[in-house]
Amino acid sequence: MTPRSAHGGHGTETVPHAPVFVGETRARLEGLFGKYPTRQACLLPALWMVQEERGWISEPAIEEVAGVLDLTPAYVKGVVTFYTMYHTHPVGRHFIQVCTTSPCNICGAEDVARALVEKTGCRELGATSPDGRFTVVEVECLGACGFPTPILVDDDFVEDVTPDKVAAILERYT
Amino acid sequence: MGYPHPSHPKETVVLSKYFGDAGARSFDGWVQRGGYEGLRKALGMSREAIVEEVKASGLRGRGGAGFPTGLKWSFMPKDVAKPHYLVCNADESEPGTFKDREIMRWTPHALIEGCAIAAYAIGSERCYIYIRGEFTEPWRVMSAAVGEAYAAGALGESAFGSGRRIDVVLHRGAGAYICGEETGMMNSLEGKRGNPRIKPPFPAVSGVFGMPTTVNNVETLAAVPHILVRGAEWYKGLCLGNPKSTGTKLISVCGHIQRPGNYEVTMGTPVKDILYEMAGGPRPGRTFKAVIPGGSSVPIMTREEAEEALFDYEGIVAKGSMLGSAGMIVMDDTTDMVYQIWRLARFYAHESCAQCTQCREGTAWTTKVLERILSGKGKQEDFQLLLDLSEQMTGKTICVLSDSCAAPVVSGIQKFRSEFEAYMTGSRQPSMAAV
Ligand SMILES: Cc1cc2nc3c(=O)[nH]c(=O)nc-3n(C[C@H](O)[C@H](O)[C@H](O)COP(=O)(O)O)c2cc1C
Ligand code: SF4
Ligand code: FES
Repeated sequence: MTPRSAHGGHGTETVPHAPVFVGETRARLEGLFGKYPTRQACLLPALWMVQEERGWISEPAIEEVAGVLDLTPAYVKGVVTFYTMYHTHPVGRHFIQVCTTSPCNICGAEDVARALVEKTGCRELGATSPDGRFTVVEVECLGACGFPTPILVDDDFVEDVTPDKVAAILERYT
Repeated sequence: MGYPHPSHPKETVVLSKYFGDAGARSFDGWVQRGGYEGLRKALGMSREAIVEEVKASGLRGRGGAGFPTGLKWSFMPKDVAKPHYLVCNADESEPGTFKDREIMRWTPHALIEGCAIAAYAIGSERCYIYIRGEFTEPWRVMSAAVGEAYAAGALGESAFGSGRRIDVVLHRGAGAYICGEETGMMNSLEGKRGNPRIKPPFPAVSGVFGMPTTVNNVETLAAVPHILVRGAEWYKGLCLGNPKSTGTKLISVCGHIQRPGNYEVTMGTPVKDILYEMAGGPRPGRTFKAVIPGGSSVPIMTREEAEEALFDYEGIVAKGSMLGSAGMIVMDDTTDMVYQIWRLARFYAHESCAQCTQCREGTAWTTKVLERILSGKGKQEDFQLLLDLSEQMTGKTICVLSDSCAAPVVSGIQKFRSEFEAYMTGSRQPSMAAV
């Protein structure tokens, strides 16, 4: 069998993509079809399902989503890249978002961001720690400005974070 | 209640009465607290009568623009020849604002009830609640509550046995401030990039999926059941300032303040009472320098302007700013205004959807010029450059994100010019490496 050429013509795909939308996940997606007048409207929910299962959204996953929803891969990619919460690259086991927008900024958010980078070993914002445990990114307002500084660790929203609390918070995530 | 603090006697608790009370989250708990009376009553009224009641209450949109809610509903076609949609805007991303989050976390059924009433009033069988992707906890609470509302028959094929279909669908955003703009939200719901649309056509004519649509904020919709139960006259009577601003308003107070949190006040309450009495005033030994009263998209007020203002739509305008989303950002005398204005400009540059040249280029260049000033390389001419950019960015684009970036810049230069000059003359050390 001739290997299918990969995206953009670089190299060939040697490891086949294991489909996301089979079994229960397929059923969950199809359960949404009746809630919207178009299939396309299920694109954001479908992308969330991919990310929940795989941790990020790869090119083959984009092609799969496109196929399932009758869209083109280029179109789906355009949508994926518009939204900051979809990962187009693999990230650490735990993904940490820290707000540094003005209301939090004046309450010391940059110090919290620095402490997170230091204590996770990520070395810089946006990077993943060498042990693959954490990725830390700086984000804009998380809608919890009265609880400075809020961070989001995976799906856990943590309020009132100060640099001295960072180490204890990280311990909860292995 | 001044969540997360105890209620202050000067607050008027309507929407926030059960914040912090976990018992109010369940369907039964909500019914025990008087919940779903408004929906039951609404289902016995005509669509027109509900719209008239809301019009008479004086309720205005709490999402930022302050548009009269009843009037907005009345723009929807009378005959339902094709599907009508209600979209609830739960994208709350305006820096300084965190009130919708608390409504969803503590009183999810208040929102569901408001959505159901509004959907019926505008001739819609389906409401989409668009919740920002980062709101993981509100999402969980809302999902559970929607499930309970269906199980109890408040939603579904025949809401409370009325024969009217009302569905509520939760839709999760994925990180984009611009999806809070109503037409960007409609595109996002359709599975597209969240680019705002040119108006007209207005949503009531052609909105989500090309159908007549009404978009309302979480707090707006949560107020509706109270209006139906207690009457438009009662709501209109909640007014200390002028009759154009009625009801209660949740104010998110944050920044350099002793007790940050949400405070619910009658429209027209003096800002001074909110800052010093409810929220506890400045930190020990500090004084306030500036207040941004309506989320980051409105002009910055000096302490004096803020202290003289009454908190309602007209009262804040009279003192040079806007009520916006009522996210009140308080800055004390330790604040580097130039740095914070830069931080806000960077926010808008990051969030611009880049469709309009003035916005895409303007937000980016504003950020860069501010960086030059912060690095000690600014020149006097930079004032004019920033003001010219802001002028180009105001009133010329598809949505007002561009104008929102200009607001803190222009007001910042007007009111805190000496802080910019300190960087230019070198009397203040650079706070950023040269770019
Ligand atoms: C850039 C931008 C962001 C916005 N973000 C929000 C938001 O997060 N939540 C919201 O309710 N309204 C937001 N709005 C206002 C909405 O476009 C719309 O006016 C509002 O949801 C209407 O509801 P209301 O009439 O009940 O206020 C935003 C507007 C703009 C221009
Ligand atoms: S003003 Fe900015 S955010 Fe709004 S549509 Fe234009 S480019 Fe997009
Ligand atoms: S500014 Fe940090 S949560 Fe809003």
